[in-house]
Amino acid sequence: MPKKTFKQALNEAHFHEMRRDPRVIVMGEDISGGIGASGEMDAWGGSEGVTKGLYPEFGPSRVVDTPLSESAIIGAAVGAATTGLRPVADLMFADFLGVCFDQIFNQAAKFRYMFGGKAVTPVVIRGMIGAGFRTAAQHSQCLYPIFTHIPGLKVVIPSNPYDAKGLLIQAIRDDDPVIFLEHKLLYGVTGEVPDGAYTVPFGEAKVLREGGDVTIVALALMVQVALDAAELLSKRGIEATVIDPRTTSPLDLDTIVESVEETGHLVIVDESSPRCNIATDIAAQVADVAFHALKGPIKMVTPPHTPVPFSPSLEDLYLPSAERVAAAVEASLRTRKGAA
Amino acid sequence: MQLSREDLLLAYRRMRRIRDFEDRVHVEFATGELPGFVHLYAGEEASAVGVCMNLTDEDMIASTHRGHGHCLAKDTDATGMMLELYGRKDGICGGKGGSMHIADLSKGMMGANGIVGGGPPLICGAALTAKTLGTGNVAVAFTGDGGSNQGTTFEALNFAAVLKLPAIFVFENNGYAETTASQWSVACKDIVNRAAAFGMPGVSVDGTDFFAVWSAAREAVERARGGGGPTLMEVKVPRFYGHFEGDAETYRADGEVAALKRDHDCLKIFRGRVTEAGLLSNADLDTVDAEVAAEIEAAVALAKVSPLPGPEDLVTDVYVRY
Repeated sequence: MPKKTFKQALNEAHFHEMRRDPRVIVMGEDISGGIGASGEMDAWGGSEGVTKGLYPEFGPSRVVDTPLSESAIIGAAVGAATTGLRPVADLMFADFLGVCFDQIFNQAAKFRYMFGGKAVTPVVIRGMIGAGFRTAAQHSQCLYPIFTHIPGLKVVIPSNPYDAKGLLIQAIRDDDPVIFLEHKLLYGVTGEVPDGAYTVPFGEAKVLREGGDVTIVALALMVQVALDAAELLSKRGIEATVIDPRTTSPLDLDTIVESVEETGHLVIVDESSPRCNIATDIAAQVADVAFHALKGPIKMVTPPHTPVPFSPSLEDLYLPSAERVAAAVEASLRTRKGAA
Repeated sequence: MQLSREDLLLAYRRMRRIRDFEDRVHVEFATGELPGFVHLYAGEEASAVGVCMNLTDEDMIASTHRGHGHCLAKDTDATGMMLELYGRKDGICGGKGGSMHIADLSKGMMGANGIVGGGPPLICGAALTAKTLGTGNVAVAFTGDGGSNQGTTFEALNFAAVLKLPAIFVFENNGYAETTASQWSVACKDIVNRAAAFGMPGVSVDGTDFFAVWSAAREAVERARGGGGPTLMEVKVPRFYGHFEGDAETYRADGEVAALKRDHDCLKIFRGRVTEAGLLSNADLDTVDAEVAAEIEAAVALAKVSPLPGPEDLVTDVYVRY
């Protein structure tokens, strides 16, 4: 199978779906790049190049460069979705949620329920998440807990190129509003990606590694951190199962619970801020339905409750590391119930 | 194009239906039987109907928290709306939306909206759909003077102008955002002055004059359908009731509302114009009045006895599939 980057995988998903369905459009600031300027068109193809090449093939009616107006971009995408298009809107940095949240959580998320099940809003809102670009507090957040909190939204967070392509195609074909979040440090990661179109279903976690001693759950960039931790632990005689939920709404709790029932220990690695995040959510739900299976405390490995710092020395400290994950696993195993 | 006799009767019927609907909701709300917030559109009927008489079911509108009039002007079913206001299972939104969220997509009504300034960006989307698919449809955002000050509205105006969308932004200036006077809160003298800033045509009309609204909207709709881009319309209307039902309106001058109802009632003005011109007779209009009164009476009677939604309805309609 051919190897491709995460970015190429996302790019291919756009091509497949735009060729398949004329109702699919992409829109956002710099979605092709350079509109109205005197130089080349399609100069950027999105701020990270994910939509590069769409403009020459599909033209301005389906690759819609917009003014820098997030409320208008997202609102127009939502309104277009309600009236027959299937827009993929690029929010660029997910942090920019701050200037358009109304259109996402009061409008897109609510239409179906408020209107008694009569509205269909097939919009995809893409956004970049995560630390690692040294871009500090306003361009580095992992805001998926906020979206996950809102009924009516689906939240997708791929961790590898194969899932990125399949999940984006699923998102575009999905009839509900989907928030699709791309960790910026994953764009260059390579993996096997089929050339053709395929979907990865929502609400189905992926088990990346199986081990009988502990269950580690992680998302996005943290999946690799969890896998690295599992390797460290294996050398110390501890075998971990690593699970990537891939979507936080819907969340595949069953796969996590089944694993915890076998291992008795749960560690969740979450790059989002520690309060009311996905780690606390999964911990609470597992404690609620599978307390009987737990042999030790659930451990959560997260950044501190601070904004994302700028200085590389601080940002590196901020992010969870494989060593911290391994230490959390060992702490849970040490406090095993009934142990001497 | 001129309005036919049928058009005039239809326009009058829709305006009368809005007035009777709102007057009756005012009465019923006072009994305590209606839950939640209701914001009445009475006094502003010529704006919604004057604009929407130029639209088809495929043309989309977005509305505001004061949305009953826009729904009825777009021919949303009054009985389904009344049931919705009573929170009934057979309400137009199954009792899940209520007064501030009535929508009827089959009639091109994209929803009343509880968020001031929520509609203009959405209407850019409906207009983008029309432009992308080449349908020739237009999209209209109704907003108030309060909504004219929202950043989302400014973004939408610029967005529509830059992309030359078939959109019309109708600002119904009823003088108040809740209690705050628009003559204080709108920094430029008139909302219509803002059109120039976005490089689009602007027009200001007397919203008590159905014919003035209809003809200004007609020009804007024709421009939009013909690829000429968006228009900003300011429609100056009176608000006959408070911001919401239960508002004591102590911020309004003594006699203000009585004078508006006496001298600036769009229904009375319409009746005077069409009867003086010999286009319709008083008997024609009286017949409409009686039919609409019976329709609203029946809607309220049904709403009062209709079943409420039950536990089986609580968790449905969140997603298409989850």
